[in-house]
Amino acid sequence: MLVQLPGGWNPLLGRLALDQIPYDNPILAPLFVAVVVGTILLFGLITYYRKWGYLWKEWLTTVDHKKLGVMYIIIGLVMLFRGFIDGLMIRTQQVWANGPHSSGVFGALHGYLTPFHFGQVYSAHGLIMILLAATPLLVGFMNIIVPIQIGARDMAYPYLNALGLWITAAAAVLIMISLFVGDFAHNGWFGYAPIFELQYSPGVGVDYWIWTLQLTALGTTLGGINLLVTIIKMRAPGMTWFRLPIFVWTSLSANIIALTSFPALQVALGLVAADRYLGSHFFTAGFGGNLMLYTNLFWIWGHPEVYFVILPAFGMMSEIFPTFSEKPLFGYVTMVAASFAIAGVSWMVWLHHFFTMGAGPQVNSFFSVATMLVGIPTGVKVFNWAFTMYRGRITYSAAMLWAIGALFMLLVGGMTGMMLAIPAINYMVHNSVFVIAHFHSMLLVIVYAIFGSVIFWFPKVFGFRLDEYWAKVMFWLFTAGSALVFVPMYMLGFMGMTRRLDYVFNPAWHPYLEVMEVGIAVYCLSVLAFVVLLYVSIRDRVKNRAGADAWGTARSLEWLAHSPVPFYNFAVTPHVNARDELAWRREHGMDALEPERYVDIHMPSNTGMALYIGALTFVLGFGLTWRIWWLSLLSLAAIILLMIIRSFRGDDGYIITGAELERMEKEALRNRAQADGKYVSGGRGQVAGTAIAYGRNGASMGGDPFNSSRDGI
Amino acid sequence: MSAHGNAVDPKKAVLWDTEYHGHDVISTRSLGFFLYLLSDGMIFATLFAAYGVLSYSHNYFGGPTPSQFVHPWYTFTQTVSLFLSVLAYGMGMAAMKNRNRGGLISGLLGALVLGVVFLALDVHDMAVLAGQGITVATSAGASAFIVLTQVHAAHIFFGLIWILVMIAQVSSRGFTTDTVGRLLSLRMFWHLQAIIWVFVYVFVYLWGYMS
Ligand code: HEM
Ligand SMILES: [Cu+2]
Repeated sequence: MLVQLPGGWNPLLGRLALDQIPYDNPILAPLFVAVVVGTILLFGLITYYRKWGYLWKEWLTTVDHKKLGVMYIIIGLVMLFRGFIDGLMIRTQQVWANGPHSSGVFGALHGYLTPFHFGQVYSAHGLIMILLAATPLLVGFMNIIVPIQIGARDMAYPYLNALGLWITAAAAVLIMISLFVGDFAHNGWFGYAPIFELQYSPGVGVDYWIWTLQLTALGTTLGGINLLVTIIKMRAPGMTWFRLPIFVWTSLSANIIALTSFPALQVALGLVAADRYLGSHFFTAGFGGNLMLYTNLFWIWGHPEVYFVILPAFGMMSEIFPTFSEKPLFGYVTMVAASFAIAGVSWMVWLHHFFTMGAGPQVNSFFSVATMLVGIPTGVKVFNWAFTMYRGRITYSAAMLWAIGALFMLLVGGMTGMMLAIPAINYMVHNSVFVIAHFHSMLLVIVYAIFGSVIFWFPKVFGFRLDEYWAKVMFWLFTAGSALVFVPMYMLGFMGMTRRLDYVFNPAWHPYLEVMEVGIAVYCLSVLAFVVLLYVSIRDRVKNRAGADAWGTARSLEWLAHSPVPFYNFAVTPHVNARDELAWRREHGMDALEPERYVDIHMPSNTGMALYIGALTFVLGFGLTWRIWWLSLLSLAAIILLMIIRSFRGDDGYIITGAELERMEKEALRNRAQADGKYVSGGRGQVAGTAIAYGRNGASMGGDPFNSSRDGI
Repeated sequence: MSAHGNAVDPKKAVLWDTEYHGHDVISTRSLGFFLYLLSDGMIFATLFAAYGVLSYSHNYFGGPTPSQFVHPWYTFTQTVSLFLSVLAYGMGMAAMKNRNRGGLISGLLGALVLGVVFLALDVHDMAVLAGQGITVATSAGASAFIVLTQVHAAHIFFGLIWILVMIAQVSSRGFTTDTVGRLLSLRMFWHLQAIIWVFVYVFVYLWGYMS
């Protein structure tokens, strides 16, 4: 034992003991029972319907980028829900524990959560939302869409892709386990020195926090490398750099950020771990440690990270706007440049998270100006989107509504960010709920873009469209919830309410807190609407079946593949002739042309190895958290051993013959014939609301910029 | 220019590439590994930053400073063994170019032995320091010194495992796409560790000794 641990430790179980299970907690105990019952029920159902084999063969051992992406998105949605429940608990505590006369239950003086428990809830909320909800959702979409958009058959490293997924899953399981075994950190999602040192946080909470973050960092780095190489190396012939869809460009810039910034997080947390496990003094208050070193290292990753999550969202918006405006994206080249400018500048602004450190006027001015510079490329993007819609033939489909919502959120969040970037203002509102409202506006951009993309790309993956009506119901409920929660939050920020209060002392704030609680109730309704949306859409899946181009006006290469995309994506690699390849082929009447002959193709085989290694990383994280040394060493050795075994075995893949391909393609084309022409953008079909069709003046923009051929009409 | 990014003439357009066989496996893998090494470089850059911040006199908290406990001449033997290891690896790779399996394996064995010497010297150094009471727990400065050098040593350790695996694979399989690709990646890895060692030696040992 290198450090003095309070409480017991034994060689077999480490710090694990029965009293670490919070069976007497009135909130966690029933939840635990529910989870156990639910798991048994789920396993029972799978066994009953004899689906284990299917699950194993088709999902758990898959290396298919689309299935891995779908699993990323499922993890993301589940964790989004978990994070939402945390948010609901925070809001409920604050509206309840308001003023000296508020009541308290479950051992809390005010409200229903003790300060220690409340601290865990908001820490878990932040970590989950950023790293286990937003990140997997975006990585999932990049996984599914990028290879198809560039005409590739899979990612560059299919096996590594599976490994990234299972490591992310391990991180999600680790943080979920912390609910029921031991406790979680109470130091906020970004951690404060020295509160996370062993001396002040003797429990296992901080250790859970460290290892969950480390696992997500590892998974994201692996995924980032994979996407970068895929984009650089796997583009179809003719897919030159300046024909790449913008979503690919933003994925590229985002993953450059991920690749270069996540190591900083890994080091920051590694040093915290060294302090807690080895007794070093990087961030301790005594022995020459430096508290602000931690904060700097964390935000050197932390700020690039926020752009890592927003850039793919920008890419998604850039795909949705042109499709439903029936125009090419305005300012393609500036869009590319803006993405890279944002990625570059995001590296030079980290200090704006702690202007109040007091580094002096020169330092603060530098970072203030650098931060405000981000507004320029972001503004370029906003105008580009606006000009894309300008004089377009806009269809207010559900996906478009979400994208427009994202644009509004971006305006609000960007403006308040600019305010925060001015140190004189920042000193007033730093650590107030104004900051919380700012970054929630920003993160909502991502959530809006993600739901827009779920609707937009769902038919590509599953072959049928989601129900437009319920998608819109959900949109309006979600938007109402956002307004009700975050407008009062901005106001409270101006009134001086600080963040992370387990007890809100000022009764005058009660009305605002109540409005926010109502907003949470509306959010709950939107969650329900999402469930209904899924139910209704799956019920009506035959009616909503989609052709290759599910929207009739889509533009990029992924819409040339069948819906649902076959596991080999394109039977024959497409040759790209233009930016917006599909729109170009449609314009020249070539979008229905199929290849004449098929040759053998080579595909990677499935493997359970990634799943085993992912599971072992969970065991490793758990062992380290509880300081069960033999288990940690054993799982680390097993991971290395499995990697060596895998390297000896290699993967020869398998061949699909041209004849097989032809048969599968024929069948896909038959299905397509039944589905094509059912959805027509432009105010007809099942789209509610009228389209705004301006008179077209193609000449003013040179050539034929609108080229919205309206096939099927 | 149209909105289509220099689109080709539709009449002459090729729509499908039946004979397209995709990317070259080895160069794709090398690129990915190179990107991984970039992130590894970032790890060291961050550790160096932490070391720099924690190398003021107050960070040693009145305890021993590097000028009292590093021995550049002793550590120079580490430098020499690591560089010779890289050289041996390089000679092995030169043998590979001539499809000389025996030459490659002796090169790898040389790299392995010299790497083990490097690690043994490092472990001995750490043991001596611990005997003098200098551990990670001594002061923030000592923590930064030890963690930076030992993270580098850990890289060497995993590199040695990898060299062993490659010796086994090349002797059983010979030169295949897999083994050659891995040997190239391992070469990048091994060189990077040597380059980082130059920084460690200069900034931590030499600079520490002089300050
Ligand atoms: C126009 C661009 C932006 C500017 C000028 C900006 C500015 C700022 C500033 C100055 C702060 C520090 C506030 C304080 O703690 O006193 C901050 C916090 C934050 N911002 Fe932004 N921001 C921008 C975009 C974004 C984006 C795109 C995201 C995420 C998607 C984001 C997420 C956050 C988060 C998470 C925090 C606070 C983290 C915490 O303290 O827990 N921001 N922003
Ligand atoms: Cu920031």
